[in-house]
This record gives sequence, C-alpha cells and structure tokens, in this order.
Amino acid sequence: MATTVKTRHTLAKAGVITGLVIGGLFAGLPVLWMLSTSFKGNGEVFQNPPELITRGFSFDAYREILGNGAQLRFFLNSYVVAFVVTILTLLVAVLAGFAFSRFTFPFQKTINAVIVSVQAVPPITLVIPYFGLVVALGLYNTYPGLILTHMVFTLPYAIIMITAYLNTLPRELDESVKVDGGTSWTTLWRILVPISVPGLIAVGVYTFMISWNEYLFALTLTRTDDMRTVPIGIQLLMGQHSYEWNQMMAMSILGSAPVLVLFLLFQRRFIGGLTAGAVKA
Amino acid sequence: MTSMTAPKAAAPTEEQVTPGRPRSVLARRLIPYGYLSPTVLLIAVLMVVPIIMVISYSFRDNVIVQENSVFAGFANYTKVLSDPDFLAALKNTAIFISVSAVAHLVLGLAFALMLNTQLLSGVTKAIFRIVYILPWLFTIAVIAVIWRLLLDPSGVVNYVLHTLGLIEESVNWLGDPGKALWAVTFVNVWSGYPFFMISLLAALQGIPNDLYEAAAVDGTNWFQRFLHVTLPQLRPVIISMAVLDLIWTSQQFALIWMTTGGGPLNTTEMLSTYTYKQAFSEYEFATASAAAVIVLLLTMVLAFFYVRQQRER
Repeated sequence: MATTVKTRHTLAKAGVITGLVIGGLFAGLPVLWMLSTSFKGNGEVFQNPPELITRGFSFDAYREILGNGAQLRFFLNSYVVAFVVTILTLLVAVLAGFAFSRFTFPFQKTINAVIVSVQAVPPITLVIPYFGLVVALGLYNTYPGLILTHMVFTLPYAIIMITAYLNTLPRELDESVKVDGGTSWTTLWRILVPISVPGLIAVGVYTFMISWNEYLFALTLTRTDDMRTVPIGIQLLMGQHSYEWNQMMAMSILGSAPVLVLFLLFQRRFIGGLTAGAVKA
Repeated sequence: MTSMTAPKAAAPTEEQVTPGRPRSVLARRLIPYGYLSPTVLLIAVLMVVPIIMVISYSFRDNVIVQENSVFAGFANYTKVLSDPDFLAALKNTAIFISVSAVAHLVLGLAFALMLNTQLLSGVTKAIFRIVYILPWLFTIAVIAVIWRLLLDPSGVVNYVLHTLGLIEESVNWLGDPGKALWAVTFVNVWSGYPFFMISLLAALQGIPNDLYEAAAVDGTNWFQRFLHVTLPQLRPVIISMAVLDLIWTSQQFALIWMTTGGGPLNTTEMLSTYTYKQAFSEYEFATASAAAVIVLLLTMVLAFFYVRQQRER
C-alpha cells in the first residue's frame, strides 16, 4: 500500500515536471533565441543548421545600437515620456483615490463608473480625434502630446488600484490628524501617502510599463525620428537597415531591459496588485 | 443614476471630523470634487471630448484634413458597412479574438495548475513562474520582431518542423494567405496567456483547502476534483478574464501592423488595422471615424457583459 502511494506520487511529480519543462520551452525558447541572435554576426542569423550559441559570438550589434545617436534618442524619448507619465499619473491618481476612499459625495458612483469604463474604450477609436486635437493644440510631434494621451490608459488603473489600497488603511490613522485640527490635505500627504509607498511603487511600475510599451499613439502623434519612442524605433530599424536581424534583437533586448528589471525587482508586490485589480476591481 | 446617492456604510463623512476648523457646509461639500478635479478634467479632455469628436466626424465629410466639413448623414456608415475589406476585417477579428481567448484560457489554466501543485518546491515553482510570465513582459513591437525572425521562411521554426519531418518545404508563415491569420493568432496566444495564468493562479490559491479534503474523503480522483471543485470555483474569474481578453484582443493593433500589416491579401486585416489605414494611409478620416465608432459600439457590447458579470459576483 505504502509503495503504491509513493510510486503514484513519483509518477505525478514526473508528469508535472515534464509538463512544466514543455511549457517552459514554449515560453522561454523564443526569448532565448532573441538573446542568442543579438550576439551573432548578421551573416550567421539564418545559418543552417541554426546554433543557439554561435562561434562568431560578439557584442557588435549592441555596439552599433549604443554608438548610434539616433537609436539613443529613442531611448531618451521613451525614458522622458514614461517617467513623466508615471509621476503625473501617480499625483493625479492619489488625489482621486483619496476622494473615493475617504469621502462620500453626490455622483461618486457615476464618476467611478466613467473611470472604470475608460479602460474598455478602443485606442483605435481615440487615435483619430487625438490626432485632430493634438494638431489643433500645437502638441503634434511633442512630448506633452504623447504624455497627455498616454495618461488615458494609465490613469484609470492607477485610480482603481490606489483607491483599493487606501481602503485597506484604517481610518483611525486619519483621525489623529483631524483631532489636531489638520485638514484632509495634511492627512493625505503627512499620513496616507508616506505609508502607501509600497502600493504607489507597484502602481508606478505598471504605469511605467504601459507608457514604455505604448505603440499606436507613439506612431500616430509623432512625425520626426527625434521624437520617436523605442517601440517605433524598433520598427524603423526594421525598415531602414534591410534586416539587420542581430541589431533588431539587440535593440529589442535593450528596449525591454527597463521593464524586465522593474518587474524582477517588484514582482511579488506587482503580481499581487495586478491580480487584485484585474479580477476584483 | 438611481443608486448614486446611496452612501457606503463604512465611509466616514467630512461632517464627523475637523472639529477645530469651522467651515461653511458648501465649502466642505466641495472638498472631494477638489481632489477629483484633475482627474475629471483629464477624463473630459482625453475621453468625453474625443468620443464626441469622433462621433461628429463620422457623420460628416471632409474632416481634419480639410477646412470645411459638411454633414453627410449615415453615408460614411453605409460606405464602411458595404466595404468588403471591412467585412473581411470583421470576420478576421472574430476568428482572431475567439481562438486567442480559448487558447489563452487553456494554456493559462494548464500553467496555473502546474504552478499551483504541492509536489514541487517553492523555488522551482518561482523560477518556472518567471519563465512563464516572460512573454507578457515584452512590448508588442519586440514580440513582432522576435516572431518575424522565428517564422521567417529560413527561420528556426521551419528548421525544427522540417527536422521533425512535419513539413516538407519551408513555409512562409506570415506571407502565405492561407496561414498568416493562424500565424498571427499563434503569436498573440504566446504573448497573451500569462495574464490569464497570473489571475487564475491567484484564484486557485484562493480556493479553500477543505473543499478538496471533503472531496478526497468522498473517494474522488484528481480529475473529478478538478471538474467538481476547481472549475466551479474558478468560473467567475474565467468568465471575467475571457470577456476582458476578447475586448483587449479586439483592440490589438501593433502586432498585426508590425508582422503582416493586414496582408497578405487582407487575410490578417483587423478592425483596428482597417480603421488605421482608412485614416492615416488613405486620409479618409470621415470613413475611418465611422469604422472607429462601429468598433467602439462592438466593444461596448462586450463591456456590458463584463460589467454584468462583475455585478453578479
């Protein structure tokens, strides 16, 4: 009896490990191949038979990308846009989250419903009026144009998450400030914001990711190469250099690095916040 | 609108507090709106005004690029709805989103179940979890480039399939009209299942253990427990995720634009790429707006089911 249970346990374990490895290959091999290709010379990219680790291993593709002012400009643009979007989104969302979490007021549910439904509006529907609006406001091909439009996707999620986070903080915290005659403004900035830092970081990371990865508006609302962001830069590389695959892979790795690093640093908090937002919001 | 005045039971009102600072009732009532004003302003500028604009464009002609637009009634809508390219895009989008949603669900659930097993150590599971999440961390531009490399006629996918004897000659996955839609759908499956997986994993961890213990006492096997305990418990999450996924996938633009551009022969044209081409390649902003409004309406139907599902829980 004991042996059969043990055998079945071992079999089950072997089955799960086999499944995990097959799944791991499905998920990981394309990424590994991207990494491998970025270290190849362009002549070796399609060699037959393919090699995961090439004999011609070199950093040339990375040198090309990092030594090219036009490519570095894409990175600068992405960093500027994503960073400012993150700061502004957190600021606006903290104020809104505070209102939703600590006050009761007319139209509360209506405003909340509008914010939630914003997430479902198709970007392709918005991009046409944005184009008209951004041109009319003189924001075409500028940072403010991109920053402002990215916020339509970062803000709703940030507000929902921050409201949920503030709701978990006991209201007795607020009372101490009010007893001293402080205003709600002091309560927010002296008490609630400082202890919400972990939650704000999670929301900030997600906001940064959305803005860093945004493609449609970055494509449509900018015109000159010096205003393009990394996702568009990758596409431009695809057109310009008649398929320098090794450089495209190096650019992709460099372009993914900020998001990968942020994710690995904050993954526990991040996954928790994400599932709470997606499933329960 | 009817329920908006119902206060939340636990929420304290401003009246209870600030005893030291007498303020007018009106000023106190306005405080929350003060905190909300940047949000309301942004939502108005970024959502309400643009949606009114696009609806107005869709009923006019000569918009954006020309000075004097004229009222056109439903002409743009009849033009779009009788365009075979639009109808092809509608059909392609329906296939793309439904196959993606089913595959996301199956893969996400399979991976979540494996990651939730008691049989392996926490470290092993943590490593596999990161590997499984990987595809989701790359921007669509990067995913498009990776898969263009892998699916190239002389790429590694063809090499592997040929070596295994599954194909005779190299296949141009993204360039063959009979295969391109399945190829982009596959890429979308690869890039999108992790979000399902994360949510389902969280839901699995939330199922009370005594449900399984009770089922085990009844002498059920693994599959029966999966069928009668796990699936019913996951049902609300699965339905919510599936509807969300249909909404998100229907809005997928970058992947199609950077892999096939809607080709070959419109076989991967989606509602998003069709609309984009009308506007920014053909400069037919009025017809594009009509298409954009139709996309919005279709999305609202899906969103309605999502909201209803959320309410029932």
